[in-house]
Amino acid sequence: MDAQTMGAINWTALSVFVFFFLLVTVMGFYASRWQRPEKKEAHLDEWGLGGRNFGTWITWFLVGGDFYTAYTVIAVPALVYAVGAYGFFALPYTILVYPIVFVIMPKLWHAAHKAGHVTAADVVFGRYGSRPLELAVAVTAVVATMPYIALQLVGMEVVIKALGLTGELPLAAAFVILALYTYSAGLRAPALIAFVKDLMIYIVVLVAVVLVPIKLGGYPAVFAAAGEAFAAKGGATGLTLKPAQLLPYATLALGSALAAFMYPHTLTGIFAAKSADTIRKNAVFLPAYTVLLGLIALLGYMAYAAKITVKSNNDVVPALFNALFPAWFSGFAFAAIAIGALVPAAVMSIGAANLFTRNFWKAYVNPSITPPGEAKVAKITSLGVKVGALVIIIFLPTQFALDLQLLGGVWILQTFPAVVFGLFFAWFRAPALLAGWAVGLISGTTIAFLDGVKPVHTFNLGDGHYAVYTGLLALVINVVVAAVVQVVLPSAGTKPKAVAA
Amino acid sequence: MWILLLLPFAGLLWLPFYNHEGPALFGFPFFYWYQLLWVPVTALLIWIVYRHDKKNGVE
Repeated sequence: MDAQTMGAINWTALSVFVFFFLLVTVMGFYASRWQRPEKKEAHLDEWGLGGRNFGTWITWFLVGGDFYTAYTVIAVPALVYAVGAYGFFALPYTILVYPIVFVIMPKLWHAAHKAGHVTAADVVFGRYGSRPLELAVAVTAVVATMPYIALQLVGMEVVIKALGLTGELPLAAAFVILALYTYSAGLRAPALIAFVKDLMIYIVVLVAVVLVPIKLGGYPAVFAAAGEAFAAKGGATGLTLKPAQLLPYATLALGSALAAFMYPHTLTGIFAAKSADTIRKNAVFLPAYTVLLGLIALLGYMAYAAKITVKSNNDVVPALFNALFPAWFSGFAFAAIAIGALVPAAVMSIGAANLFTRNFWKAYVNPSITPPGEAKVAKITSLGVKVGALVIIIFLPTQFALDLQLLGGVWILQTFPAVVFGLFFAWFRAPALLAGWAVGLISGTTIAFLDGVKPVHTFNLGDGHYAVYTGLLALVINVVVAAVVQVVLPSAGTKPKAVAA
Repeated sequence: MWILLLLPFAGLLWLPFYNHEGPALFGFPFFYWYQLLWVPVTALLIWIVYRHDKKNGVE
């Protein structure tokens, strides 16, 4: 390392950062013994779902920790900084998700608990007895999750860069440590680390939203500075939405809310809960994190009041902290963000590993596999998943991961009918749901590609232009196709198992 | 009771209702504080439905 890069390193911030990183590493390895029943043999329920015994508090920290990811902390303020009001769609999205969770997820939990299911695809197979539909759900989930893990690495990369470190080595080292303790402790590691991560993020955000406006002349000054900047910038930016942005804003919020708990990382938190009541209570208390997210989003406006300019929008949060806070607090904030990347990345890789083990390995390679055998396959798979994400980030352009993650949202939404409908009514059968999934997936992907991998598609009807979220559009196509196939071929496939009371 | 859970959707997806800057509250334009206000309101609505379900013995 030459003298110049050495000088750029923020040693105080780095020391605080390393301290907290080591703390959670120790916790991660200790976690294998945390809450573990005595003399329990190795079982996928233990490694992959933390023994299915997480109560209200642990679930609150775990789901809060893996749903509101590090990438959120970096990307939401970055989008708000870039375009203003439009970037706030994350707020209605993370509000509307909770009525949806409250209605759907306790039922899904019951279905999984009764039969010992570990993944959503297990539940689908249990209901419909269709291997192709099970595989469709599982493959979609794994493919949609891989770029999501990669984005957590992007979040980590941004703060590592802000500490003055260069090169891929720190990132790779952090990820190898993560991979090792996830391997040994399973879901208990991110569950335990989530306590630290969430408390740190709460502290950082509360300090920031109180102190930063005081330094910058209060919230009126913050909004005024952002408003002036957008007026000068022009285009589709501003403190409120342009008329053409209303429909995209609403459909992005609704579509994202429907998709959010179809991902394996969020569902893993649901399946790991002790009871359906735990999930219902969490639907009441998890919105606390949404307040936090709304405040985090405002950091994008504070950057204007602080007169910060960045080359890449993603640097806006670290640049704001570096400009306004003492080095030790920046280090604390960056550690919070980096640890905030570890929790979701761990849960995502566990969720993907559970899917691979249950819905591919057990279904096609070794149907007579024992529960300890399943745990072994899942542990090794989780390593492979993380290496894959690391390779994507180091060797492919970041934009590739961003595009894939965006398409992933469109894809995961197409599993909604197969996973959810059967919990409420038994009219649809597997062939109809499979047809809907396939057509929804293909049409959504095609539309997104034709639009230049943009999440919003514009219709021109007469003089009017109507733009909607492509994922939601594809979901409508999906449901219509499924309904048509069900009407045309009412007795294709086997009758789904009765809906649980 | 379940109908209460639809209120956040009505309140947040009908954009023309809140897509403006005034009236401001604590320096926050309407667009921002209105949406932030829906966070505790939604939690409260879910809690009311939860209480109601629990009384009726929903598992």
